[in-house]
Amino acid sequence: MDIRLSGVSHSYDDFEVLRDISLEIPSGRIVCIVGPSGCGKSTLLRFIGGLEQPSKGEVLQIGSPPADCLNPLTYIFQDFALLPWRSVRGNVSLVLEDHGIRGARAEAIITDVLTRTKLSDFANALPKQLSGGMKQRVAIARALAVNPAVMLMDEPLSALDSQTRELLMDDLISLWTRTPFTAVYVTHNLAEAVRLGHSIVVMSRRPGEIREVVHLDKPLDQRQYGDSDLEEQQKYLWQLMREEARAADAELVHV
Amino acid sequence: MDRSILLGPLLLRPLLLGPALIRPPLIRPPPARSHFRGGGFAPVAHRWIGAAVFVLLIALAEIGTRQGWITSLTLPRPSDVLETFGELYSSGLLWTHLSVSLMRLLVGAALGASFGVAVGVMIGLFSYVRAGLVPLTAALFPIPKIALLPLFVIWFGIDEGSKYALIAFGTFTPTVVATYGAVDNVDRSLIRMGQSFNLSWFSIVRKIVLPGAMPGILSGLRISLAIAIILLVAAEMLGAEHGIGAYILEAGSLYDLERLFAGVAILSLLGVGMSAVISLIERRLLNWRQ
Ligand SMILES: Nc1ncnc2c1ncn2[C@@H]1O[C@H](COP(=O)(O)OP(=O)(O)OP(=O)(O)O)[C@@H](O)[C@H]1O
Ligand SMILES: [Mg+2]
Repeated sequence: MDIRLSGVSHSYDDFEVLRDISLEIPSGRIVCIVGPSGCGKSTLLRFIGGLEQPSKGEVLQIGSPPADCLNPLTYIFQDFALLPWRSVRGNVSLVLEDHGIRGARAEAIITDVLTRTKLSDFANALPKQLSGGMKQRVAIARALAVNPAVMLMDEPLSALDSQTRELLMDDLISLWTRTPFTAVYVTHNLAEAVRLGHSIVVMSRRPGEIREVVHLDKPLDQRQYGDSDLEEQQKYLWQLMREEARAADAELVHV
Repeated sequence: MDRSILLGPLLLRPLLLGPALIRPPLIRPPPARSHFRGGGFAPVAHRWIGAAVFVLLIALAEIGTRQGWITSLTLPRPSDVLETFGELYSSGLLWTHLSVSLMRLLVGAALGASFGVAVGVMIGLFSYVRAGLVPLTAALFPIPKIALLPLFVIWFGIDEGSKYALIAFGTFTPTVVATYGAVDNVDRSLIRMGQSFNLSWFSIVRKIVLPGAMPGILSGLRISLAIAIILLVAAEMLGAEHGIGAYILEAGSLYDLERLFAGVAILSLLGVGMSAVISLIERRLLNWRQ
């Protein structure tokens, strides 16, 4: 299932946030969105996931999601959003229960996703017992459980320290290599963007417009921490963003 | 290390101005352990201190009344109170009073708390209910419910009905306020998560909102139940044959301090017991909290 945004614009009352965004999210690819703070990245992601509606333009789904897909558009949040009163297993089963999946079928799915995210030993732990990296892996496991057509990730690694972030990027890459998924990945971190993105959408400051879309052809599993060509790309992205970020930063002071 | 830094600028300045031959003496302060200042402000469990305070106060009263520097008109002797309590127990009267009181408390508080939680959740979930009922709750909250007892007697009869109603009504309002506050405080990001996974409205309420509001509801219940005990006694003082309130009232009008204090002690124990039950429930239901 592909996603197409055509001419999406949005204002909160008189406050223009997004202007004429047109974008294609092809199936099986990871599209990263980078841009200065407050340029409307999270808002855009809410439009894609149907949590909000843009004031102009539309979000189209092209083709239908796979038959065994329980929740085509699935979020992974920056703050993990785990229910603290449910165990790891309970948090995953939460999203299955409403689809009438219980008992042995649920157990099979839960075991599978916990194995894929290397959490099998922690199935009965409560979120308060887990580190930040593990919590986000639980959230990823929960998202995988509903077999999404598109994963919508809003700065999923931003709450983690940089070592954990590296480890989780490796995990995401190996998950994708085994079974490619479609994802829209919003981030502030250009290093994450060049490691995970098949294409990187650079947005201007608010009102957010697309400045440029950078395509990276190097396969995900061949990208390494500190690759020189990736660093080049990262530098290029930073060139694009630098002035915007500075201006966006100054803007906040005037408000 | 540069020695002059250790001596500090005050010492240094005249020295620099003075003849260069005079060198400052070598004084290094001895190494001192850095001062710990991070303690306190974290509740630590000291179970026995609470009991010790009780024992100390009672022992003081006992010694004072025995030695005479507390007259028996001021305070009854604790051992006499205990004796009265023993008589009450052996005569079977304790159970007569306690059973009717407990029954009233249980029925009244259960009615008030369950309606309160239900209405509080409704206020938290539906903006129309909120708009309609929050002002009404605010208007009902400050009414001393005892003042309404005559009305309740007319509505629900002079017997148990009016007492149940009084206690229920008294627990209802604080429970409502605590409950909708707790529902409002449920982490919005968890609700958004539930919606993003297409959970049904009912599932979100049952699996996210209610468990998330549980800590606030339980701490509200603590207050409501204490109010229920106060109202229980008030209702029983205003007209009841049996019950702890009636027992205390009778003792008071006869100026029988031992029996008065025995009755008051039963109330305190009741309060401690209620609080312990809630703590137990909290520990069972809220073990997920940090
Ligand atoms: N519900 C809302 N009502 C009014 N204004 C909003 C709302 N949501 C977002 N905004 C404003 O829209 C702008 C874009 O917000 P958004 O959260 O999409 O930015 P962002 O690019 O995700 O920023 P960040 O990088 O800080 O996460 C911000 O200035 C924000 O204040
Ligand atoms: Mg954001």
